[in-house]
Amino acid sequence: MYIPHTDSEREAMLKTIGVEKVEDLFDDVPAGHRFPELNLPSGISEMEAAQEFGAIASANENTRDLVSFLGAGAYNHYVPAAVDSILRRGEFYTAYTPYQPELSQGTLQAIFEYQSLVAALTGMDVSNASHYDGATAVAEAVNMAYAHFRGKRTRVVLSPALHPQYRQTVRTYVSGSPISITGDENGQDPLSEGPRSLIPLIDTNTAIVVVQYPDFFGRIYDYTDLSEAAHQAGALLAVSANPIALGLLTPPGEFGADIVTGEGQPLGIPLSFGGPYLGMFATKKEYVRKMAGRLVGETVDNRGQRAYVLTLTAREQHIRREKATSNICTNQGLMALAATVYMSLLGKNGLRQLAELNYQKAHYAASQIASLPGFSIGSDELFFNEFAVRCPIPASEVNEHLLEHGILGGYDLGIDYGPKYENYLLVAVTEMNAREEIDLLVSVLEEITLAERHTEVTHG
Amino acid sequence: MNVPNELKYTQNDEWIKMEDGTGTIGITDHAQEQLSDIVFVEILVTEGDTIHQGDSIATVESVKAAADVYAPVGGTVVAVNEELANAPETLNSSPYDTAWMIKVEVKDLGELDKLMDAGGYTNKIQEKEG
Repeated sequence: MYIPHTDSEREAMLKTIGVEKVEDLFDDVPAGHRFPELNLPSGISEMEAAQEFGAIASANENTRDLVSFLGAGAYNHYVPAAVDSILRRGEFYTAYTPYQPELSQGTLQAIFEYQSLVAALTGMDVSNASHYDGATAVAEAVNMAYAHFRGKRTRVVLSPALHPQYRQTVRTYVSGSPISITGDENGQDPLSEGPRSLIPLIDTNTAIVVVQYPDFFGRIYDYTDLSEAAHQAGALLAVSANPIALGLLTPPGEFGADIVTGEGQPLGIPLSFGGPYLGMFATKKEYVRKMAGRLVGETVDNRGQRAYVLTLTAREQHIRREKATSNICTNQGLMALAATVYMSLLGKNGLRQLAELNYQKAHYAASQIASLPGFSIGSDELFFNEFAVRCPIPASEVNEHLLEHGILGGYDLGIDYGPKYENYLLVAVTEMNAREEIDLLVSVLEEITLAERHTEVTHG
Repeated sequence: MNVPNELKYTQNDEWIKMEDGTGTIGITDHAQEQLSDIVFVEILVTEGDTIHQGDSIATVESVKAAADVYAPVGGTVVAVNEELANAPETLNSSPYDTAWMIKVEVKDLGELDKLMDAGGYTNKIQEKEG
């Protein structure tokens, strides 16, 4: 342990407050509970520690060793080597993003480029320097809408096909506030309903309507009608989008989204068992002063040179703590950099090709699975790189069976949507899944049908 | 610095001009000078709202600071200067005229007695600066 104070400094401090030794500071703790004996093994060497932690880590299943069809918000995409090598440069690799323009032009320029790329991708005017992840970005959209209407509109409509964890996060953020949430109550059947079912819920007390694009089940909807209905009632529309899909799909800004958020993980950020990820947040210029988070702008310094600085900081909590839209200004600087490098490497056409590849592979997988007896695709809607599969047995059992064959199956929809959906598996396919992998998945699923039939025959 | 005689003033640098029971409210020349270039203004109340003395009625942002504007008196908001949001710089050029913020039908005229006259306000500023 590193203790920055010397013995004489500590002595001086103790003398100043009139205490003899450090232990005296703990007099308020009952003697019996003071300094308990800790049952810890003795220290080990660095080499031993590395081996021990390595052994613990290797117990994790990961997408390097398994064939993965698991998505549901976090996707297994290829991360080009250049992403990591730029990320790990000492100038960028810091625990706390430095913003002082005098010494952080590189960081600020990278963030400015990130914002520009996100704005272009989403069809919005302005992007902030990011939030923690896709879930908190949605929660900040709700916050922003509430602040925009100065608390006078208290209703929030969440699509049941918005990621269940995002909806939970919104509920956590708004708990204790006058905001009430509707649209995703239990007992619904989101796979057989589309965004139209949300329209009757929108009224003049509605601050914001939040949908996902593609939605949690991978489906692609045109939200134009919903957008018009929201705007007619004076409400805002937020769209939580998959950035890879935006390489192919119409940007949400074009069908009237006021806020576009997204999970930036697919843009060059490894799965890493759940984080750190990247919360994307973009909006129209008219709402910029109500947007939470950091914002980097381009300006000219006193020598006439192009320079980057934090801008519109009066919005933020460090100037107006109680009036700020959000009290969270933390961003994911390093992850935003990863996304910037990734998007720059791929370019507009590369991102489109990648999205097409995802689309094609997923559709190949879906058509193969749909041809298996007992299996069907859960929805007839257009989809991107993910789709719900109705299985002949519970999805959890399908996943167990797949894992025995080295396949990380899909997401068990029964977890969030109840027993009605226990046979539904959400399957994601990315560029990482070679045709052989998809064929392997299909053949293992076929074994399940055969085994089922066999059981039926023997029982029959 | 301009401190018109016919107005009443608050400690927070707001002014109010009374005409037939209705008060027009804005921020003072001194306030705009302190804030420097004003780039944004948002009026937080709408016509028909009931407000109380001391309520926050607007937010003003300059290149170097953000400030809240408080109601000098309570009452019913009868007009809001909708043009102001599109021309925040008029708060610098014309704080007592073009850049008025809201008009309020004053509920309790007694509240006006708690405000300063031009002389009192001038003294207050000079004390602060002295």
